[in-house]
Amino acid sequence: MAQSTQPIKDPLTGAETTGHVWDDTLQEFNNPLPRWWLYAFYGTIIFSIGYWILYPAWPFASSFTKGFNTVTYQTAEGQEKTTHWSMRALFAKDMQEGEFAVKQRQYLEKVAATPYDQIAQDPDMSAFVRSYGASVFNDNCAACHQAGGKGVLGKYPSLADNDWLWGGTADAVQHTITYGRNGFMPAFKETFNEEQLTQVSNYVLSLSGLPADADAAAKGERIFNTETGGCYYCHTKVGKGLQSQGAANLTDKVWTIATIDANAKPEDNLTKIKAVISNGVQRQMPVFGQRLNETEIKVLTNYVQQLSAQ
Amino acid sequence: MLKHESIETNSALLIVLTLVAISIGGLVEIVPLHYIDSTVEEVKDPQTGLEMVRPYTPLEQRGRDIYVREGCYTCHSQMIRPFRDEDLRYGHYSLGAESKYDHPFQWGSKRTGPDLARVGGKYSNEWHTQHLTAPRSVVPESIMPNYSWLATTPLDYSDIKERMIALKKVGVPYTLTKDEYAGWDEKKPGDQVVRHPGTVERFGEATANLLDINRAEQNIVAQAEKGNYDGNPELLSEMDALVAYLQVLGTMVDFTKFESDYFVQFR
Ligand code: HEC
Ligand code: HEC
Ligand code: HEC
Repeated sequence: MAQSTQPIKDPLTGAETTGHVWDDTLQEFNNPLPRWWLYAFYGTIIFSIGYWILYPAWPFASSFTKGFNTVTYQTAEGQEKTTHWSMRALFAKDMQEGEFAVKQRQYLEKVAATPYDQIAQDPDMSAFVRSYGASVFNDNCAACHQAGGKGVLGKYPSLADNDWLWGGTADAVQHTITYGRNGFMPAFKETFNEEQLTQVSNYVLSLSGLPADADAAAKGERIFNTETGGCYYCHTKVGKGLQSQGAANLTDKVWTIATIDANAKPEDNLTKIKAVISNGVQRQMPVFGQRLNETEIKVLTNYVQQLSAQ
Repeated sequence: MLKHESIETNSALLIVLTLVAISIGGLVEIVPLHYIDSTVEEVKDPQTGLEMVRPYTPLEQRGRDIYVREGCYTCHSQMIRPFRDEDLRYGHYSLGAESKYDHPFQWGSKRTGPDLARVGGKYSNEWHTQHLTAPRSVVPESIMPNYSWLATTPLDYSDIKERMIALKKVGVPYTLTKDEYAGWDEKKPGDQVVRHPGTVERFGEATANLLDINRAEQNIVAQAEKGNYDGNPELLSEMDALVAYLQVLGTMVDFTKFESDYFVQFR
């Protein structure tokens, strides 16, 4: 490789070369940049000047140049504001005026203004509740209540059946979602000896017509309905439960905590009931009143009611 | 005149000039963020005047360390961008102020799982414990790994003071005075630190106590006992710390106290 101060020319093309030669004849040419490329490069520089003028660009002291481009948006409170271009202003604009936001808001406003029982009657609104409700449900609720609200026995109650701990009316469901719920039943390990536990458990089995030891159940009834157990405070004397306490109805065949299977061996079911009574229950439905707005909760309430109506 | 040939044939000069050219971009884009006032928004409670974003309590901070140790950030971002779809799914867009005490921040851009910037309060402690132990037991289609050892591993907080002192050095307002620090050792690095002024005025009495490095160990035990995050009062586990951290994410700023567009002015 040689280097010279005089430009070397390729004899065939007349183009300037760098003087680098490989394998005898392979030379490195020193052609100028293609014109189109060079002008495109200058073009980007000119473009950037336009950009600096229009958009926030140069920092100085404790602030930056804001540019002449502006965004005019409506706030959720209904005020009109104009500010220099910014992503946050564009976002505020999209939330109020974006094509899909406007479309969706028309429906949401209609849902907000319609009483619960009439939403179901309007097929258009029902369809909206089903699709919008499903997406809000999947983002916020399905991790616990599972897709379609089928629940996890023992942990998260099913919303797809028509059996409610806290009530299935629109008001009750809306209250559940807005303020959350604490499902609580005390643990009875310290209260009962083994015999008493077996007796009261047999009584619970008998309430819903499952096979149980009749003698033990009769003794269990006395525990259930007297101060010994005090179960009747929450589950009532007939065992139907109290929705104001979120206390389960023990007379239906629907189980929410105890993983009872009517076809399983009676001893297995007995063991499961004993475990629930001894350990008590403590589970929590989180508060959603801060995360979701009133209309979203109304849509969800409708959606949950549709799940259980199916 | 400096011809490009003379630069291209002098590799030392080429390296120096390349570095200069590249660093201009970085300098112009990054350095000003440190002195432009609105980069980190001022978020004060309009009623009490107290700052809403506070440093993590020692228990939450240990939870955060575990989050980083386990590489949760490889699948989860903590940054809600100002787009309508993100707002609808995750909530209000993230503020700069909300990660000002994060070292390092957990913004990320890889979302194999959902964004966690506002996951605090969304689920119960019980759910988090179960989900972290065995994700598929609650979300059947989940591809998140099991972190089953968290609930059975005792939380090591023997070095919590040192960790807080380190964070204090990079600007997190934890407080400490020489006289108050029982295990003080003059020879140890960290003896330069003095009480960070004004935490009571900035955050209120109760929070200021949580930021006191001398009380870090008591504070960890007290918060874990009160919160009972993993449902097992017998053991102060790594699960307690991680769930305490997850439950505080995105909950410090109460956006209902501001107009919907209050944070536009900072950009
Ligand atoms: C962290 C898990 C979790 C999440 C998330 C969750 N729930 Fe619940 N939910 C529960 C638990 C646990 C209960 C039972 C409370 C009890 O034991 O009384 C419950 C109860 C309910 C009930 C009352 C059921 C009845 O029989 O009375 C409704 C309705 C409900 N949830 C709806 C929702 C909706 C809608 C969402 C989403 C916005 C949601 N839940 C999110 C855990 C959760
Ligand atoms: C303080 C009120 C309270 C008392 C007292 C109480 N329970 Fe309960 N019980 C509940 C509540 C609330 C639930 C539902 C918990 C949930 O769903 O989160 C429940 C659920 C149950 C269940 C599970 C039902 C199912 O569907 O899986 C059984 C069984 C039960 N109770 C039996 C008893 C017995 C027996 C006693 C007395 C020894 C008793 N309870 C005392 C409140 C109470
Ligand atoms: C391999 C990727 C991966 C890793 C690593 C991972 N996750 Fe996840 N995570 C997911 C996926 C996918 C989901 C969504 C499905 C689910 O809920 O399990 C998820 C969901 C979650 C959720 C529920 C979010 C919501 O809003 O529903 C939380 C909380 C969470 N992860 C925490 C963690 C923590 C803490 C760690 C570290 C200990 C972690 N994840 C590590 C993939 C991951």
